[in-house]
Amino acid sequence: MAAIENGKKEESVLRTAFGNVLSFFILLLIGILAFSIRLFSVIKYESVIHEFDPYFNYRVTQFLTKNGIYDFWNWFDDRTWYPLGRVIGGTVYPGLTLTAGTLWWILNSLNIPLSVETVCVFTAPIFSANAAWATYLLTKEVKGTGAGLTAAALLAMVPSYISRSVAGSYDNEAVAIFALIFTFYLYIKTLNTGSLFYATLNALAYFYMVCSWGGYTFIINLIPMHALLCIVTGRYSSRLYIAYAPLVVLGTLLAALVPVVGFNAVMTSEHFASFLVFIIIHVVALVYYIKGILSPKMFKVAVTLIVSAGLAVCGAVMAVLIAMVATSPTKGWSGRSLSLLDPTYASKYIPIIASVSEHQPPTWPSYFMDINVLAFLVPAGIIACFLPLSDASSFVVLYIVTSVYFSGVMVRLMLVLAPAACIMSGIALSEAFSVFTRSIKFQLLNLLQSKKIDAGETITTDSAVTQTDAAKPAKSEGIVKERPSKKNKKKEKEPVEKATVRSRIQKKLLVLPLEASVIAILLLVLLGAFYVVHCVWAAAEAYSAPSIVLTSRTRDGLHVFDDFREAYAWLRHNTDVDDKVASWWDYGYQTTAMANRTVIVDNNTWNNTHIATVGTAMSSPEKAAWEIFNSLDVKYVLVVFGGLVGYPSDDINKFLWMVRIGGGVFPHIKEPDYLRDGQYRIDSQATPTMLNCLMYKLSYYRFVETDGQAFDRVRQTEIGRKHFKLTHFEEVFTTHHWMVRIYKLKPPKNRIRGKTKRTKSQKSSATASMKRSSRKRNPWQ
Amino acid sequence: MWCADTCTCRFVTLFGFEQVAYMAIVGSFPFNSFLSGVLSCIGTAVLAVCLRIQVNKENKEFKDLPPERAFADFVFCNLVLHLVIMNFLG
Repeated sequence: MAAIENGKKEESVLRTAFGNVLSFFILLLIGILAFSIRLFSVIKYESVIHEFDPYFNYRVTQFLTKNGIYDFWNWFDDRTWYPLGRVIGGTVYPGLTLTAGTLWWILNSLNIPLSVETVCVFTAPIFSANAAWATYLLTKEVKGTGAGLTAAALLAMVPSYISRSVAGSYDNEAVAIFALIFTFYLYIKTLNTGSLFYATLNALAYFYMVCSWGGYTFIINLIPMHALLCIVTGRYSSRLYIAYAPLVVLGTLLAALVPVVGFNAVMTSEHFASFLVFIIIHVVALVYYIKGILSPKMFKVAVTLIVSAGLAVCGAVMAVLIAMVATSPTKGWSGRSLSLLDPTYASKYIPIIASVSEHQPPTWPSYFMDINVLAFLVPAGIIACFLPLSDASSFVVLYIVTSVYFSGVMVRLMLVLAPAACIMSGIALSEAFSVFTRSIKFQLLNLLQSKKIDAGETITTDSAVTQTDAAKPAKSEGIVKERPSKKNKKKEKEPVEKATVRSRIQKKLLVLPLEASVIAILLLVLLGAFYVVHCVWAAAEAYSAPSIVLTSRTRDGLHVFDDFREAYAWLRHNTDVDDKVASWWDYGYQTTAMANRTVIVDNNTWNNTHIATVGTAMSSPEKAAWEIFNSLDVKYVLVVFGGLVGYPSDDINKFLWMVRIGGGVFPHIKEPDYLRDGQYRIDSQATPTMLNCLMYKLSYYRFVETDGQAFDRVRQTEIGRKHFKLTHFEEVFTTHHWMVRIYKLKPPKNRIRGKTKRTKSQKSSATASMKRSSRKRNPWQ
Repeated sequence: MWCADTCTCRFVTLFGFEQVAYMAIVGSFPFNSFLSGVLSCIGTAVLAVCLRIQVNKENKEFKDLPPERAFADFVFCNLVLHLVIMNFLG
C-alpha cells in the first residue's frame, strides 16, 4: 500500500516537474512571439519612431541620457509653446523615459553601444513580452496554469495591444499596460495569500503605473470597487484588509511623490473612492473583530455604536472632500475623466479633446478587428468565472465589465479591454479544453477497458455515476473544484478523499461522447488558427505604418513618400537655431524633435487659448494672420497639404477644427462664415471668407502650376481660387510631393509709401482679384 | 504582545488626529509635510493591524504562516513606508 502511495507520489512529482519545464518553454516561446510579431514595421520600413507623441518621448529620453536625471527633473523647455515654455519635469509621466533611459544606461555600461533611438524603438516589444508573462501570472492566480498559458498566448497577439506597442510606437501605453497587469497580479496574489510582502510589492507596482500613465486612475477606482463588492457580497476576510489598506496608504503617498500627480493624489475626485472605501473597510473590520470578542447582546449594542461612529466619520470626510472640490466647476474631476464618465461632455465643452480621432467612440467592426475571436469567448469566460466564484474571479469579472464600458466611450481605451478579454478567453478556452480532453481520456479508458490502479477506484466509482449522466444530453453542470492544469487530468488525492467523505454531495463530472469531444477540440484549434492568422495580418497590414513615412503601391512598384522628414531636415539645415515655426499642433512634437526648432503649439495641448490663437491666425486673411504671427515672433509657417497626392490627413481637412477652436476663444471667427449652405467646400462655390483665409492660400499657392486645372485629389474637385499672389508671406520650401509647405513671414517694409494712396488702384502685383477689406493705410501696396 | 499592538494603534491614531488639528489651526502650508505626517500615522496604524491579524493564533486563515515571516513582512513594509515618508517630508 505504501509502495503504491510512493509510486503514485513519484509519478505525480515527475508529472509536475515535466509540466513546469513545459510551461517554462511555452512562456519563453510566448515572449519571443510577442516580441517578433511587433517587428513588422521595422522590417517593412525602417527602425524609426512613429507618429507624433513618441517623438516627444524620444526627445525627452535624449535629454535624459545626455544630461542626467537631476537636470531632467528640473527641465524647463523653452523650445515649445513659445513664449510660454513648458515645465517638462512637472508635466510629463516619467515612467517610460526613465525605463528606456535605464535600459540604455545598462546596455551602455555593458559596452553594448545601442543608440537611444534603437532602445526607444524596441522598448515596446520588450515590454509586451513582459506583459504577456504578467498575464500568465495573473490568470494563474485566478484559474490555474492552463488558463494562464492560454491567456498569455492570446495577449501576445491581440491586435488592439499590438496597435499601441508596435516597434517604434514609443508611447506611454507600451510600458503602462505591463504595469497595469502586473499591479493587478500582485493585488490578486495578496488577496489569495494574505501576505504583507506582496502587498508592499503591489504598492510599488502601483507606483510604477502612476509614473507611466494617466490611466492609473482606473486602478485606484477599480480596486476600491472590488473591495466594496467583496464586502457587500459577504466575502470580507482579513486577507482583503491586508490587500487593500496598505495599498491605499502607500499608494497615495507614492502617487503624491510623482511630480505630475503631486497633491492631485488627495485633492481630485478621481481618488476619493479609495478613501471612502478605506473608511468603510475599517468599519467592517472593526465589526468583525468585536464580533469575535463580545457576547451577542453586547455585540448588537457595539455594532450600532461602531456603525454610527463610522457613518459620522464617513460623513465628516465626505464633507471635507466636497468642500475641497465644491469651488471647482467640474467638482474636482479632470476634463479627461469627465469625458469618460459622460461621453457627451467633451463635444460640448472641450473641443480639443473631442477633435482627437482616437477619442471617438469605436464602431462595432472595430471590436472584431481589435479583439477578434475573443469578443465571443469573453461571455463564456465570465460564466466560467462564476463556477466557482472566488475573490480573484470576481475581480476579473469586474475588470472586464468596466473596461467594456470604457472602451465603448473611447476607441483608445480598447487597449485596456485587451488584457481583460484575453484573461477571460484564456479561462474559457482552458475550461473547454479541460472538459473535452477529460472526456476523451475517460471515454478512451472505458473503450480500452483497463482498470489502472492509480486513482482507478475513484474513476470507476465515478464512472458508475457518470455513465448514466453521459447518456443524458450533456446539460448537467459539473462543479469541479480542481486546478485545471494541462497535465493534471486525473484526480488528485485530495478531491478523491473529499468525494468519499461528502458522498451525498456527489461531484458529477461533465463527460461528453468521444466523437463530440474530438470534433470540438479540432474546432477549437481551428478557431485559434483563425485568430492567429487575423492577428498576424492585422499586425503586418494595419498597425505597422509609421505614419511619418507613407507608401503606396503603383504599377511600377512601391512608392515612398518621405516628405515629412524632408521638410524637417530642410528646416534644420536652412534656418537659424532660434527661429520660431508655427504650424497646427499636430506637428509640434515632430518639429521640435526632428527639426530642432522652437514651436508655438504642440501635441500636449495644455493651453487652449494659445492653440486658439494659432487657429485664428490660420483662419484669418493674410494681413491679420501676419499681425498675429508677428506678435508671436514667428518666422516660418508650416502647412501640410495632401491635395497633390491624395493624402487625406492634411490641414485643409482639419481646418474646420481650427475654426471651431479659434472661434471658441475669439468670437469674430464664426464657423458658418466658412461653410456654404452648411457644407464645407473649397471649390468655386466656397465662401469668400474661406477663399481668403491663410490656410487656403498657403495650401493652394501655385497649385495650379502642377496640372493646369488645380484638381485637389483629396476633396476631388477643382479649387475655387487658382491664381493669386501672397503679399505677406513668401514660399521658401515645398517638398517633393507638395505634402509639406513652408512659408516665411515677409518683414515689414521700411518705408510706407504715401498716406493717401487708395488701395483699389494698386493692382500692380495682383493678377487676380484680391479682396481688399482694409480702409486703413496698407504698408504693403 | 497584543497589548503592545493595541497601544501602538491607539497612540498612532491619536497622534494622527493631533496633526490634523494642528493643521486646522495653523494652516496647511507646507502641504506635503502635513500629508506625509498624517499618512505616516495612518500607515503605521494599518501595518500594525495587519501584523496583528497575521500573528493572531485564533485566525484560521493564517495558521500556517510563521510569525517570524509576518514580522519580517511588517518590517519590510515599514521600511518602504518610511523611506517614502522621508522623501516626501521635504
